[in-house]
Amino acid sequence: MDEVAIIGVAQTRYQRDNPASHAEMAYEVTRKALEDAGLTIDDIDNTVTVCNDFWDGRTISCMTITEATGSHKVPTTNVEGDGTYGALMGAMRLLSGLHEVTLVVAQSKVSEGIPAVITNAMFDPVYERSLGLDAINSSALQMRRYMSKYGITEEQCAKVSVKNHKNAKSNPYAHMPLDITVDDVLKSRVLADPIKLLDTSPVSDGACAIIMAVDEVAKKRCSKPVWIRGIGHCADAYHLGDRDLAEVDALVSAARRAYGMAGIQDPVREIDVAEVYDAFSYMELMWMEGLGFCGRGEGGAMIDSGMTGMNGALPVNPSGGVLSAHPVQAAGLARIAEAVLQLKGKADARQVEGATVALAHGIEGACGQGHCVFVLGR
Amino acid sequence: MAVSSEELGNTGTLKYPSRIRLPYTWHAGKAGSRFYQEIKDHCKIWGTKCPRCGWVYVPPRETCPRCFLDIDEWVEVGDAGTLLTYTITRYSVPGIQPHEPPYALGIIKLDGAGSGLVHLLGEIEPEDIRVGMRVQAVFREVREGNYLDIKYFKPLRS
Repeated sequence: MDEVAIIGVAQTRYQRDNPASHAEMAYEVTRKALEDAGLTIDDIDNTVTVCNDFWDGRTISCMTITEATGSHKVPTTNVEGDGTYGALMGAMRLLSGLHEVTLVVAQSKVSEGIPAVITNAMFDPVYERSLGLDAINSSALQMRRYMSKYGITEEQCAKVSVKNHKNAKSNPYAHMPLDITVDDVLKSRVLADPIKLLDTSPVSDGACAIIMAVDEVAKKRCSKPVWIRGIGHCADAYHLGDRDLAEVDALVSAARRAYGMAGIQDPVREIDVAEVYDAFSYMELMWMEGLGFCGRGEGGAMIDSGMTGMNGALPVNPSGGVLSAHPVQAAGLARIAEAVLQLKGKADARQVEGATVALAHGIEGACGQGHCVFVLGR
Repeated sequence: MAVSSEELGNTGTLKYPSRIRLPYTWHAGKAGSRFYQEIKDHCKIWGTKCPRCGWVYVPPRETCPRCFLDIDEWVEVGDAGTLLTYTITRYSVPGIQPHEPPYALGIIKLDGAGSGLVHLLGEIEPEDIRVGMRVQAVFREVREGNYLDIKYFKPLRS
């Protein structure tokens, strides 16, 4: 489809303890996204924020950044999921025919709260919450299951961390650019076996904004619009025990929908670059399988082949991914922003030459319960 | 009253420490209430079985999430099962963890159940835990009708 385009993107630099307030961060990316699109706030006819009350420590947190996003006098709504779902809502607003230009803003100040306490509250208070489950140890259950079912090794997972932290060195927005080896990852502190410190993503503050427009506006106002070719999303069961945690059924379904809309038949050949939500090293391998970039259980062999490196056939997370910056609510929207930069040829030192089709992916819920996939094209 | 340079730190901005206190009471629902009652009174683990797909849910559900159908058949499942995956939590998060770390967690597929049960593992050294091992529930002596009435799952010696 050539009906909705992304015409402006902006990100803060991701860092721990950003001294700006959450509204100041939202304002920074709103202003910069407008500059990037060559628009003023008067051109925006609706906004979507991506705020989560638990992460923000405020009830109806979205209402606290209406000034910062310039959304006082226009229709504004909030999506309390990953930023990719904010972009999904933004695209739906435009496809409804009621609006022409949507601003989507996501922000997180992860360092202001205690992530383990906040992610513990994902789990059912009547059942598993009392076990002290959080994002890290629940993901450790998934990583172990994935490794034991498919013979994936800790070394293969570590390679993802090495690759993405190295890529981050070319991304001025990244929080954790690192020169590390597989051995460094394997010898880093064990948090919840088999997850080590360097298998995890950092505690990052930051914000991201994108501006989307309907085709007439995009063609008139933007010399290089990036078109949304396809979107798909799907969620799996809530209780961890109801799912086979080694499987990626919801992502397969989300990807199939996005590829169907975009007319993609052979994703690994037709997609030039992918930005995926690697909150933990092993996740990138699983998401490769779910996105159809390799077969089931072949994520380990795929990283071994070097195919997802910057010089490979399908570079994955040239930005450094979520492993190198994890501003929770904004992390998926940052995947879209990075994919847009790739397609505009504005990704500087992390540019994948000649990229014309890009994929961006976000997750929400424990162990990738829900997935949202965007296929973008020039 | 001036803000001191120490309070402003090297970024020149203030940090404002605070805390949210939020007592909450949750209803366990019909299925959850009966699940806990059976554990508390009889040390038995019960699930519910979908009339269409035959999947047995533990903890029990009143509707099958796969078939979107009401479930009213209750079945007792075993107190032993097979370990599908595990982890040892080695970091401390005050206020949310049931034990001082390190402590072991796993997902156990109880005999007769379709879904897995996430729970604690005990009476075993971390290095001896294996995927696929047989484990059995150990119930608390004094039970209160909650998830930790099952103290943990221990290795089942054959």
